[in-house]
Amino acid sequence: MSLVVRRLANAANAQPTPALTCKEQKPSPLPHMEQTIPNPYYPAMITPNTFCLNGELQSLANSDPRESLLRWLKRHHQTGTKEGCADGDCGACTVALIEADGLGGSRYVAINSCLLPVGVLPAREVLTVESLADGETLHPVQQALVDAAGSQCGYCTPGFVMSLFVGLHEGALDDDAIAGNLCRCTGYGPIRQAARQLAADAPGDARFAALRAQTRPDLPAADITRFFSPVNIDDALALKAEHPQSDWFAGGTDLGVDLSHGKPVAPVLIALERINELQQLRIDDDRVWIGAAVSLSRLQSELLGLFPAIDDLLPWFAGRQVRNRATLGGNLGSASPIGDLLPVLLALDAVIHLRSLDGARAIDAADYFVDYRKTARRADELIVGVTVPRRIDLRSGCAKVAKRQTDDISIVAAAFALGVDDQQRVSHARLAYGGVAAIPLRARMTEALLIGRPLDQTTLDAAAAQLRAEFEPLSDHRAGSEYRRALSANLFLRFVAGLRP
Amino acid sequence: MNASSASPRHESAVGHVTGRAIYTDEQRPPSGMLSVYPVQAPHAHARILGIDTAAALALPGVHAVLTASDVPGENDTGPILHDEPLMPSHTVLFYGQAVAWVVAEDEALARAAAKQVSVIYEALPALLDIEQAMAAQAFHLPPVRVARGDASAAMIRAPLRLSGELQIGGQDHFYLETQASWVEIDSEGTVQIAASTQHPTETQIIVARVLGLPAHRVVCRSLRMGGGFGGKETQANPYAAIAALAAYRTGRPVRIKLTRGLDMQMTGKRHPFLGRYEVGFDERGELLALKVALTADGGWSCDLSPPVLMRAMVHVDNAYFAPDIEITGQIARTHLASNTAFRGFGGPQGMLVGEEVLERVARHLGLPGHEVRERNFYRPAAAGLGDRNQTHYGQPVVDNHLPELWQQLLRDSEFMARREAIAAFNACSAQRKRGIAITPVKFGISFNKTEYNQAGALVHIYSDGSVQLNHGGTEMGQGLHTKMLAVASRVLGIATARIRIMPTSTDKVPNTSATAASSGADLNGQAVKAACETLLERLRPVAAELLRVKPEQVRFAEDAVFADEGSSDRLRFEAVVGAAYRARISLSSTGFYRTPGLNWDPQTGQGHPFYYFAFGAAVSEVEVCGYTGVHTLRRVDLLHDVGDSLAITIDRGQIEGGFVQGLGWLTCEELRWNDAGKLLTDAPSTYKIPTVCEVPEDFRLNLFRSTEPPTTQVIFSSKAVGEPPFMLAMSVREALREAVAAFGDAREVSLGAPATPEAILAAIERVRRGVNL
Repeated sequence: MSLVVRRLANAANAQPTPALTCKEQKPSPLPHMEQTIPNPYYPAMITPNTFCLNGELQSLANSDPRESLLRWLKRHHQTGTKEGCADGDCGACTVALIEADGLGGSRYVAINSCLLPVGVLPAREVLTVESLADGETLHPVQQALVDAAGSQCGYCTPGFVMSLFVGLHEGALDDDAIAGNLCRCTGYGPIRQAARQLAADAPGDARFAALRAQTRPDLPAADITRFFSPVNIDDALALKAEHPQSDWFAGGTDLGVDLSHGKPVAPVLIALERINELQQLRIDDDRVWIGAAVSLSRLQSELLGLFPAIDDLLPWFAGRQVRNRATLGGNLGSASPIGDLLPVLLALDAVIHLRSLDGARAIDAADYFVDYRKTARRADELIVGVTVPRRIDLRSGCAKVAKRQTDDISIVAAAFALGVDDQQRVSHARLAYGGVAAIPLRARMTEALLIGRPLDQTTLDAAAAQLRAEFEPLSDHRAGSEYRRALSANLFLRFVAGLRP
Repeated sequence: MNASSASPRHESAVGHVTGRAIYTDEQRPPSGMLSVYPVQAPHAHARILGIDTAAALALPGVHAVLTASDVPGENDTGPILHDEPLMPSHTVLFYGQAVAWVVAEDEALARAAAKQVSVIYEALPALLDIEQAMAAQAFHLPPVRVARGDASAAMIRAPLRLSGELQIGGQDHFYLETQASWVEIDSEGTVQIAASTQHPTETQIIVARVLGLPAHRVVCRSLRMGGGFGGKETQANPYAAIAALAAYRTGRPVRIKLTRGLDMQMTGKRHPFLGRYEVGFDERGELLALKVALTADGGWSCDLSPPVLMRAMVHVDNAYFAPDIEITGQIARTHLASNTAFRGFGGPQGMLVGEEVLERVARHLGLPGHEVRERNFYRPAAAGLGDRNQTHYGQPVVDNHLPELWQQLLRDSEFMARREAIAAFNACSAQRKRGIAITPVKFGISFNKTEYNQAGALVHIYSDGSVQLNHGGTEMGQGLHTKMLAVASRVLGIATARIRIMPTSTDKVPNTSATAASSGADLNGQAVKAACETLLERLRPVAAELLRVKPEQVRFAEDAVFADEGSSDRLRFEAVVGAAYRARISLSSTGFYRTPGLNWDPQTGQGHPFYYFAFGAAVSEVEVCGYTGVHTLRRVDLLHDVGDSLAITIDRGQIEGGFVQGLGWLTCEELRWNDAGKLLTDAPSTYKIPTVCEVPEDFRLNLFRSTEPPTTQVIFSSKAVGEPPFMLAMSVREALREAVAAFGDAREVSLGAPATPEAILAAIERVRRGVNL
């Protein structure tokens, strides 16, 4: 696989370093392409049926939009990107997506290509492992892995290369950069060593820095057959009305698994990620507005320090590749009983905002979950955002326990918010749990028990006893019901213990 | 350190990081390649009353639906017993078993068509764990026994006795590349297999068996695997056989690559074990009598369970001498996937029971675990403690330097000081407790079955001085090819750049053993060395004549040929090769090796099954949360003996990787089935192998250097490294137990295996309540 790095004659004068630029593939002219590549290079891509892969324009005209990028790559004999699970859990298929950062610049994000339907790709840019080396000269990330003996069987290696590549160019080379990548051979030591060395030397790579530095306009509206990518809410709602059998498609980290496994999904998908309004995150004095399509990675960085419960949780929510795609709206839309953010929303008295052609309405998180994966949202309604009140008078926190603490589905997740009056009696109590019932639930009886009492040992003993009895959790492959009961009580006790000076 | 020990990188490292390294399913397939997908039984045990394939066959693009009646040869893929039908004729024996395979233009179509195959079943009662099988007396083979002395009599005489049992969970291999093969029947009728297999010869033999062909009609090649760990020792065979059968029936090339879910549902795993033990000991914790009954969950077929069980039985002792000892073993026949080889091959399960016994004894007596362990070590007679160096199967512990290694690790890890610091920490922490533990590893190196301890190589020198190297071992990431390049380079005195290693292929080196039992480098290295030495002896007279010295003076080194030690008269290697060619001297040679001195009598359970032993020890420190049972591994210190390493970087990678794989087995990797026998943990979303975050930053690995030369002749004085480090992770389990114990004052701390947060919290609660078991 040779990488095409072409210096555009007229563009190169303006740039000291040639970036990877998108070049039309000569052998098969694309139907919707303009005949010449304008300068700067970006407008060449604004066609509904193309995306840029490693500097070459690729047609999606004959692709099933629901096919995963990973499958597409394999069909096109781009075999560097590996399939380890097709489940979004091993990271072997990690590729770098170039995204506008909303501030006029761009950034690289690592994503699992097995979960990304090619329908979201029009006008986007993707880099795979094949693009990094410059002929026989390895990219610094590749060289660091070779030097550290970071590969054994090599099958996971392209995924690590891409995670480290993004980490290098985005200045984030901690363990979290590779926590979404599984390796079964090395025990990770050499890979971690390579990451440390890269972080220390920060060698960079001018080609990819230049590519990243290019400004990019908003992505245009796109549709490939029955996969729509509208750019505003009104269009999205109109599409929904036109295609009642359609499903909303947010980050696709849940729906993408079904697509990847060939399970039946809605015949029409409406992707939400190009709608700017859904990407807004606004921090006011009394509350925070989180657009439904804001990724969890952005929540993690942009809300840092505002809500301890969110700060506590997000590092343990899936791997970075998933957090780069998963959204709060998606978490609410799939409404899994083990959706990790849902107890947090319950504990923080969040409000969920919905829109349909009939208008807008807001629902308290506490009233939103109805039954197993059923919510108060009507099928024609779109989650547009969530407001979370900022209460400086409350202490909040979140804890999650799983079989493996990194990148695992919770056995029990719990979020707490407590307020006390001037006599140190509980004046406000929210104890919310995931993994203990068919829906995320508040422990209402325990909350009632706590109100008006001091947080002394007697109260805590009573609350713990009540919490053990509050839910009827299931036994499943993650854990037994007794463990879930114990955690329901113990996580609260640990939270309270942590409040004490 | 000599020159060859300078540490080569993995020969495919650049291919790995660029994505250019190709795996089985990515080799450019011939055009017209078909794909297959199974029809899986939704019962763990059922009679097949009928299979209707008409609807599937009617779909355009579907070429065949294979069932048992399509097999032209023997419908069996069993490696030892012939008890493993490729597809069942009458009876389903595990949930998810493939009763038919659809062959179609692509995988998506095959998958869709598989749903159209209707099978009528009559469900039968199923045995879904070891205890159910034991209650039903369902075993694959008669029980086996390895013993010394009279354990029953010694038990009665012993002043103190304890008994108990330990259930040990299995483990999925989770190689990143799932099972994959493709097969083409070439124009001459030769069945050409490309397979991700650790045992190309067995894949060849079993495909020949299934197709009813002689072995010479079948060639199997293995380029490289995306991980094996034992999971592609026998488990690759049925899938290669399905692809071969499909190719045979359709006349088209056929590929197979299992999805992760299919792979986890259908292939065998590490055997779960049940160990029941009784131990007699004295007040100092010295073992006097030991009786252990091991039962392995073999699953639906025998596969490699007998040698797995036997390796467990001859590793229960780990590093400890028990004068009177009786180990019995049996293989439960359950209705689950058929369990198989996995790094350690039963050794880890046996040793875990042994460590359980030592821990019980120490805690019962209130003695430190490290003291009781060390007190019971095998020791050479020279230590003045009588003959405590004989294993229960009659083999002395040759080159036993574990006591020395142990002392070094205690010092290097500052074990005693940290142990005190942890006690102080625990005294003022109610809900977070720490624990530290040291455990040893002694692991026998060689296949228990003597006949497998042979290997071959084939080396060609071309007239331009370039070299092609073939050997019988397979590359699965462990760096075998890198080591073989190092051996050939060292013997021929040429740069590795001259040598090209070829994909393992049964038409180059026949009748090979599996690349397994940590033996790949030991066996194939000697065969490569033998082939290269043969070639060298042919080149030597040619070079002598050119250099005008005596043949014995000629020295091959530094990628050239020298007249003598210290002489600067040199010839280019290719000049000598060219002269040899013109002199009509053969430039191709095989090499062969068999490990000397091995014998084993499976009837008596006695003999000398191992050429030597690998030794290591580990210290782990953990912290456990009393609210949740969640732990963090704070620090690891490993000291392991790899002899004079052929490739230090490769060996360090094997040790670290083995440890972390063992860590996963003993902590977060848990297999669970539902009441119907369906595996629920069949994806990485539900089956959790360690990530980088489970591995401590503070991870210290040192290689042990013995002060005494080995008494065995292993290739360039190296030692096998594939499996032994896996068992170093037992230190984590014992450290967890120390931390759990700190929550109370119990004389017994039972802990599940794996020690998940749930299991740890349950153990903490037992300790807090003062409940034993």
